[in-house]
Amino acid sequence: MMEWEPQIWVRAAAFFGGGLCIGLGAIGAAIGEGYTASVANESMARNPSQSNVVLKDMLVGQAVAESAAIFALVVAMILLFSSFSNPSWLTAAAIIGAALSMGFGAIGAGIGSGFPAGEACRGTVRQPAVANKLMTNMLIGAAVCQTPSIFALVVSFILLYTDFSAMPVWPAWAALVGAGLATGLAAIGSGLGGGTTAQASVEGIARRPESASSVTVVMLLGQAVVQSPAIFGLLISFILLFGTYEANSSLAPAMALLSAGLCVGFGAIGPAIGGGEVGRNGVRWVARNPGAGQVITRIMLVGMAVSQSTVIYAMVISLVLIYVV
Amino acid sequence: MAIEGADLIKAAAFLGAGISMGLGAIGPGVGEGMVAAKACEAIGKNPKEAGLLTRTMLVGQAVSESTGIYSLVIALLLLFVV
Repeated sequence: MMEWEPQIWVRAAAFFGGGLCIGLGAIGAAIGEGYTASVANESMARNPSQSNVVLKDMLVGQAVAESAAIFALVVAMILLFSSFSNPSWLTAAAIIGAALSMGFGAIGAGIGSGFPAGEACRGTVRQPAVANKLMTNMLIGAAVCQTPSIFALVVSFILLYTDFSAMPVWPAWAALVGAGLATGLAAIGSGLGGGTTAQASVEGIARRPESASSVTVVMLLGQAVVQSPAIFGLLISFILLFGTYEANSSLAPAMALLSAGLCVGFGAIGPAIGGGEVGRNGVRWVARNPGAGQVITRIMLVGMAVSQSTVIYAMVISLVLIYVV
Repeated sequence: MAIEGADLIKAAAFLGAGISMGLGAIGPGVGEGMVAAKACEAIGKNPKEAGLLTRTMLVGQAVSESTGIYSLVIALLLLFVV
């Protein structure tokens, strides 16, 4: 097998990767949009006179949630139809890394964006007078949810359009696949967590429209902290992508680089989902009890910080895997 | 390429360390998030007890952190000891 031309491997990797990319990438948006539509139906049934506004909220929200899947579709199309010039063994690894990054990276953002969109439908029925405020807040919240998928897209494009041919195949192939996995997996939790936080913000504004500005600020604060695991994943990806590697044909150095990507990727999922739960309840109760807003915001940030600790352990182990062993 | 036994063992230890810490970090992250989420809710309902609730939250989170620390210990053992 190893005597096949790199061109063959690159084409095989591109077709396999294209399928993987849109296959994984289609999961999230479909779930998120389904959730939005289910809440839209429920809301219309409660108050059919608002059905036009609810339909608009639903479609706008679904369009935002769709964007993650569209990124994955774009990467899949690029993989299917580009002719990779000057292919090397590493091109095949970079293609698989790009597919994994965008495929996994679209899951969380797609599901997460569905939450604020659904809540906007529900809130519009509850408080038709503030439908515009709800739409604005939903769009801000959902846009922040999409950032992890944009990180994944950036890493995919770097993998696809950088010339890695100067790197030694062993162990650099593992660094490229690991870089894709790190950002892709790390994006899952941050997308979801950003969504749950945004959902509470839309809900809070629907309950108490006068709290809109403070709730939006707390939402953005919460979402920013929830994005940090995805940023750790991106950081490890960049370190892996732009590292210098000595040629070494043994297995262990390659596995260390692959493992570094897996470690921060998996490790980022939980803390981001947990942070999203904190954000949800923090934002919700800032809206319900504005008098205690400062105390709640403080405890929200402390709680998030503590739940981030395990992703920091994961990042440390990744850095040890890259630099020490 | 020829893979020697010692090389394979080291490779498995590295992969194991990454997977141990990576998967091990998921649970504590979600669990501690749930603790803090309820703490926010409780303070929203009863802001006077903020000090007590914060303390309980931190103790609860510290306990649920333990499995993450087990993973960290195993990962470090795999990397540096065994």
